[in-house]
Amino acid sequence: MTAPLLQTRDLSMHFGGVKAVRNVNFTLAEGELRCLIGPNGAGKSTFFKMLTGQLEPSHGQVLFRGHDISRAHAHEIARLGIGIKTQVPSVFDGLNVRENIWLAASRIHPRARVDAVVDEMLERLGLTGVAKRLVGQLAHGQRQWVELGIVLSTNPDLILLDEPAAGMTHEEVNKTAELVREINRSKALIVVEHDMQFIRMIAKQVTVFNQGSVLVEDAVENILRNPLVRDIYLGKQAAA
Amino acid sequence: MNARALNLLGLGLVAIFGVAFMILTPRLVELDVVLELTIYVIMAILALSLALIWGYGGILCFGQSAFFGLGAYTYAIAMFNIGESTVPLLLAILLPAAFAALLGYFMFYGRISDVYLGVITLTVTLILFNSVNSTAGPEFHIGVARLGGFNGIPGIPPLNYPGNKSAVIDLEGMFYLSTGALLATYFGLRLLLASRFGRIIVGIRENERRAELLGYDPRAYKLASFMIGGALAGLAGCLFANWGNFVSPTIFGLAQSAQIIIWVIVGGRGTLVGPIVGCIGIQWLSTALGANQPSGSLWWTKILANAPLILGIILVSFVLLVPKGLVPTLADFGQWLLRLRKHRMATTLKPKQAEEG
Repeated sequence: MTAPLLQTRDLSMHFGGVKAVRNVNFTLAEGELRCLIGPNGAGKSTFFKMLTGQLEPSHGQVLFRGHDISRAHAHEIARLGIGIKTQVPSVFDGLNVRENIWLAASRIHPRARVDAVVDEMLERLGLTGVAKRLVGQLAHGQRQWVELGIVLSTNPDLILLDEPAAGMTHEEVNKTAELVREINRSKALIVVEHDMQFIRMIAKQVTVFNQGSVLVEDAVENILRNPLVRDIYLGKQAAA
Repeated sequence: MNARALNLLGLGLVAIFGVAFMILTPRLVELDVVLELTIYVIMAILALSLALIWGYGGILCFGQSAFFGLGAYTYAIAMFNIGESTVPLLLAILLPAAFAALLGYFMFYGRISDVYLGVITLTVTLILFNSVNSTAGPEFHIGVARLGGFNGIPGIPPLNYPGNKSAVIDLEGMFYLSTGALLATYFGLRLLLASRFGRIIVGIRENERRAELLGYDPRAYKLASFMIGGALAGLAGCLFANWGNFVSPTIFGLAQSAQIIIWVIVGGRGTLVGPIVGCIGIQWLSTALGANQPSGSLWWTKILANAPLILGIILVSFVLLVPKGLVPTLADFGQWLLRLRKHRMATTLKPKQAEEG
């Protein structure tokens, strides 16, 4: 049996006395698309930070294709093939859109090919028209696209998306869902999202976080019917 | 005109102006003015060293004078011991770079935050100042070179043409050499900043965490730019020791460290021409004010003669009113004028079009 793409074993993160994430055992297969939901403060973003080397776990392990990456540096993990789109867009605000994508693409492509790769990515995300604009001056939705472009340009095998649809218009949400499905044809993804509409559009398997641990893991239709999940998280939204 | 054409135009202008300045100055002005300009040019190389690591690399280093002073002392000491200037010149560049590598390794790999980085670099400079200051006795010597404590090292032998000890570079030659070194530094840095490395260090300045999540190791890139900055400051230090044939611990002093930062603030971070303009402008002003001895009892002449006071006012006004610095603000103004012209042309065209329609 081959190792799963990503696996965590008893992964925990304590901040002082606060246990933000506790004993999470999580497995993701190659090419899988998984949604992560849970109320604010459930530990989803902390979990992502441990997967990408931004936080060192208090204990437990993160295995990527069987290699322990729990104590690896963020840049080493990125080179192994994990990319992340953070909750608040983390982009190079003082540079223009093209330069943003260029920086990402030039990490993996030889100099002669970078420009062509960048053009392709700008076209794919519909950013060609704003290529010369400073990213800091773009609308929130567009900055999200730029960050997605940056992440895709390093060609990772696993992409973590932290609330990709947040602050987007209805039309942009649809476009994002379509893009996520397209990316999933060749890559594995973990998507944190609050927008249930969006989750219905993309998800098959959903993991629910609550108070730092995994509450339940099931297919999306079962999750939506699960009374426990409704209680702690969906209550208001499902009733509405 | 697109950005690329503007860029090339700027480069061309700097090249033409720089070469003309280098060739014409000694033919047009007296030797004392040439001497004065030489020191401005040498300090401009020092300004460029900080323009790279702070303006582009985002590393606020209060201790650029540490590398400058080390370069000067290294040249002086090596020169007394060796006698031929090729090796001392190289050492004056390599030793500060190595020192920057050591210091930078602990700062960047120890994940020291920006504020502490400033404090550490400043402290290192002051430690060097105090250490060298207390080397007055005859027991403090390296080879035949006495360190001399606060009195410094006088009578440093000048640079010679490579391999020929007796062919000493004269005062006019020093001007050509320093201006040539400044131009080479400027164009070298332009090339560096246009390269992949240069674009990555700017990316790290903009968002270090993002660069890291893309797979770049910010520590290594910062260390590399810090070393290049150290090497350039060392080169400037070597030329400085040559210029006055003298070096003393004040080179490591607080005033010197602060000045470099002021040049970059006034000229503009994120540009190379800016810090050169800031450096030369402020030095010229300091000299002019210093020469202006208070005459008579008019109160304002006394204020004008107080160079530190005037420089302080300039610094505070820049930080408050022109925070981007001289050159970026002028560039913004130029672009605004261009847009205004375009706008005017567009509005004057409209009625005509209406008539034709």
